[in-house]
Amino acid sequence: MIVSMTLELKDIPGQLVLALSPISEFHGNIMSVIHQHDEKTPRGTIPVQVTFEIEHRVLDKLIERLENSGVKVARVGEERLRSTVSVILIGHIVHSDMGDTIDKIDSSGFAEVVDMSLSMPAVEKTSSGYLVINAVGEDELGKALDIMREVANKKDLLMIEPIRLNSVGA
Amino acid sequence: MKTVKISIIGFGAVGQGVALSILSKREYLKKQGIDLYVVGISDSKGSEINARGIDIENALLRKKQKGSVAVGTRDAHDIISDVEHDIVVEATPTNINNGEPGLGNMRLALKSGKHIVTSNKGPLALHFNELKEEAQDNGLFFRYEATVGGAVPIFNLVNEALAGNTVVGIEGILNGTCNYILTRMSEERMPYDLVLKEAQELGIAEADPTYDVEGIDSAIKLIIIANSIFGLDSTYKDVNVTGITKITPEALELASRNNYVVKLVCEARDGKLTVAPRLVPKRHPLAVGGTLNVASILTDLAGRITISGKGAGSIETASSILSDILYIARNS
Repeated sequence: MIVSMTLELKDIPGQLVLALSPISEFHGNIMSVIHQHDEKTPRGTIPVQVTFEIEHRVLDKLIERLENSGVKVARVGEERLRSTVSVILIGHIVHSDMGDTIDKIDSSGFAEVVDMSLSMPAVEKTSSGYLVINAVGEDELGKALDIMREVANKKDLLMIEPIRLNSVGA
Repeated sequence: MKTVKISIIGFGAVGQGVALSILSKREYLKKQGIDLYVVGISDSKGSEINARGIDIENALLRKKQKGSVAVGTRDAHDIISDVEHDIVVEATPTNINNGEPGLGNMRLALKSGKHIVTSNKGPLALHFNELKEEAQDNGLFFRYEATVGGAVPIFNLVNEALAGNTVVGIEGILNGTCNYILTRMSEERMPYDLVLKEAQELGIAEADPTYDVEGIDSAIKLIIIANSIFGLDSTYKDVNVTGITKITPEALELASRNNYVVKLVCEARDGKLTVAPRLVPKRHPLAVGGTLNVASILTDLAGRITISGKGAGSIETASSILSDILYIARNS
């Protein structure tokens, strides 16, 4: 899982290492650290936002270790849906059960349809829909697109995906 | 001064464009140290042959007035095998079913020891590797810049300017007709059928538009790119093709509201070949409008390089052919 934590450090040297090394010890993969040295809390501590990937079962132990070493864990949140993609669907979107289409993504557990706009010009004409899908990570986003492709194929919908932006040198 | 003799096989829009540009570039070519003669021109009705060089102006005029360049009955094969010259410019129409008559012309040219410059996609989509190897084995040049992207120098860019780079992938818009239709649909909020009709009236789309709008033309160009740049041995069945006929103005409007345009994009990557409508961010270099073509080449060293330009037109296509002729003239 991907975790985002706000830690509060004492304003003395060596505190950042003290805060980050337990994450490494628990085999966490640190993705970003935002250290705002000039923004103190009313308690005189310095807030640090750390985002990292770690196994769920060691999270409680990590928090305990941090607290014991004098690092205050002010907030812990799961960063669930970090990756996003937009697609367009064209066809009989509503009559082919829109709810079911969205459900197929939402029930995956790693992706959700977070936005959708529909345009239906006339009853007998095909509709067009714009969907935004968020997922836990890039791999999961790829899987969500696979699911969506399969659904579109089954329901005879044309699915328009974005060009691949995250290419080398893009 | 180096004397280079060529034949023009196929005297339609492209063949005439080549003749016209040779005519208008005579002084330029002389300054480059090249004396270029056209010793044979053929169309479906016959040919003109002159070992000392055909009067191009006259040939163009005859074609315009009589509908054919023919002054004799000897055909393309006679010119290719019997008339002494260096380069065969193969500009007959693309046939995607069996590649003929272009394929036969090209095979004969290689057998007769002539270099090939072509704009004809059919033979390359069907027998690229055979033709390339045959040319190599005989120490002949086989150049085909004009087959993909019209005036846009994709193969020259990759082979010459980007030499040393490994190409990771290519994305491109390689069909001007589809690009025109999608651009107009998006700008005017008009339905597909209406824009198609407009494009047909303007001569941008054919009376039978299937070849363009179903993505077949794009797929064929992608095959040539895949085989030439990625060294694959792919044919039409290896390309996943979706056309643009089902696209609605509402879909384009939804895309636009979210800062996207929809384009028919060819993609070659990881050995996979796809032609499909795609969402392209409005400010992305691939988002070119009108009938323009564009190719974005991803390389390991140079990163992404994108070039765009006119993908069709008689003189524009002749630009690529002339460039290939000069390449051979300089390097043979």
